[in-house]
Amino acid sequence: MGDTELLIDAMAGQLRDLLTERGIADPVLVGIHTGGVWIAERLRQRLGITAPLGQLDVSFYRDDFSRVGVNPHIRPSELPFDIEGRHLVLVDDVLNTGRTVRAALNELFDYGRPASVLLAVLVDRGGRQLPIEANVVGTRMNPPDNQNVQLNGPDPLQLTFQTSS
Amino acid sequence: MTTTSIQLDRQGRLLHFLTTEGLSRRHLTEILDTAESLRGVAERRVKKLPTLHGKTVVNLFFEASTRTRTTFELAAKRLSADVLNLNIATSSAVKGESLLDTLRNIEAMQCDMFVVRHEQSGAAEFIARHVKPHIAVLNAGDGRHAHPTQAMLDVFTIRRHKPDFPSLRVAIVGDILHSRVARSLIHALSILGAGEIRVIAPCTLLPAQVESLGVQVFHLPEQGLRDVDVIVMLRLQRERMEGALLPSEQEFFQRYGLTEDRLALAKPDALVMHPGPINRGVEIDSRVADGPRSVILEQVTNGIAVRMAIMSITLGNHARPDGEIA
Repeated sequence: MGDTELLIDAMAGQLRDLLTERGIADPVLVGIHTGGVWIAERLRQRLGITAPLGQLDVSFYRDDFSRVGVNPHIRPSELPFDIEGRHLVLVDDVLNTGRTVRAALNELFDYGRPASVLLAVLVDRGGRQLPIEANVVGTRMNPPDNQNVQLNGPDPLQLTFQTSS
Repeated sequence: MTTTSIQLDRQGRLLHFLTTEGLSRRHLTEILDTAESLRGVAERRVKKLPTLHGKTVVNLFFEASTRTRTTFELAAKRLSADVLNLNIATSSAVKGESLLDTLRNIEAMQCDMFVVRHEQSGAAEFIARHVKPHIAVLNAGDGRHAHPTQAMLDVFTIRRHKPDFPSLRVAIVGDILHSRVARSLIHALSILGAGEIRVIAPCTLLPAQVESLGVQVFHLPEQGLRDVDVIVMLRLQRERMEGALLPSEQEFFQRYGLTEDRLALAKPDALVMHPGPINRGVEIDSRVADGPRSVILEQVTNGIAVRMAIMSITLGNHARPDGEIA
């Protein structure tokens, strides 16, 4: 399905304009595992960013440890650059409650003090529980609460919608 | 119930960590993978994760230990837990009642995890059977029985250098008879599918029917060290001399000590490991302990990430209501 790639094209356009508007010449992209990393890599290529990609697994920063414990499929977070004073673009696949982004911001600040952080997401599905908004959005939708929006990948990338009972 | 089964819940998830014996490859791999994710924390500006914020970990040490207690303490602190260190000196055997009394008192302080070291085999399991259900118990060494977190940091260190376990040949050298480290490591290696596990020791320092653990037995390093990938030297405990199991430290070093000459029998890229603290000139020559193949200090560093992994996994599994699939 090429739709997802078209959405990423749209994200790349918005992000390019935003970076120009803010005068940010050397941003670094940080993807949130797993879908966010796939999208961040595509954005990096489309924008011709040479800096390596950062990857975050926010499992140890989630606020639901006391309900779900540790994710058994956790991967290492890797930020192969010093984030101190850098302009970061945090990338995720689906923005819903905002809790994952909250966790990611907390993790980022344990690595250093970035100059700024922008948020780019493929899908904004509403349902926010925290004061968090994306700067770049591939598409907005309002599926019912029991519908799960998920990105499968990495090649090809495909959005799937599953209704849970 | 066996020790293995008491450490799992009905879904087979780790609630306590008492022994490596009887666990599945999935359990051990989850610990190793989680530890891999935690290794980088020490390199960051803030060497701390919020995961166990608000939890209280009690180090309950009935037997002296600096390194193990310190790495457990650091592991807990790097996960943002509060840590209480209790060093409870014991003269001889602790009676069941007094251990239970100790337990009830500490439980009354609203703790979430006990890290237990005790000179008696089975002490950690005893505590796991009697604590309140929300408390996780980790075995930091019980008698001659088990030292499972040491075994996990050993296999973690091996996996980082030599990830292909089926082709791995590991030799464990020294006092196998009294070593909880050896026992736990043998179980962990065989669960992870290590190709060949050798033990090298005099007859007096080997347990009866040691072959039943699935190991090859050698009595001389000249035979057993040939072409091995990993050499694990065990600490020789001096009190064993008095039991007439060994003639003298000098003679032990002459026959079993790891020297550069003996190391040359192993593969050129063999790893030299030791759980510490090392007796220089007794089980290992200083030139080998400090040499390029030694990963002894790396084991100490890795111990922190591995213990962080085990703490977060067991407490996380306690957090989930039994029966709920995450």
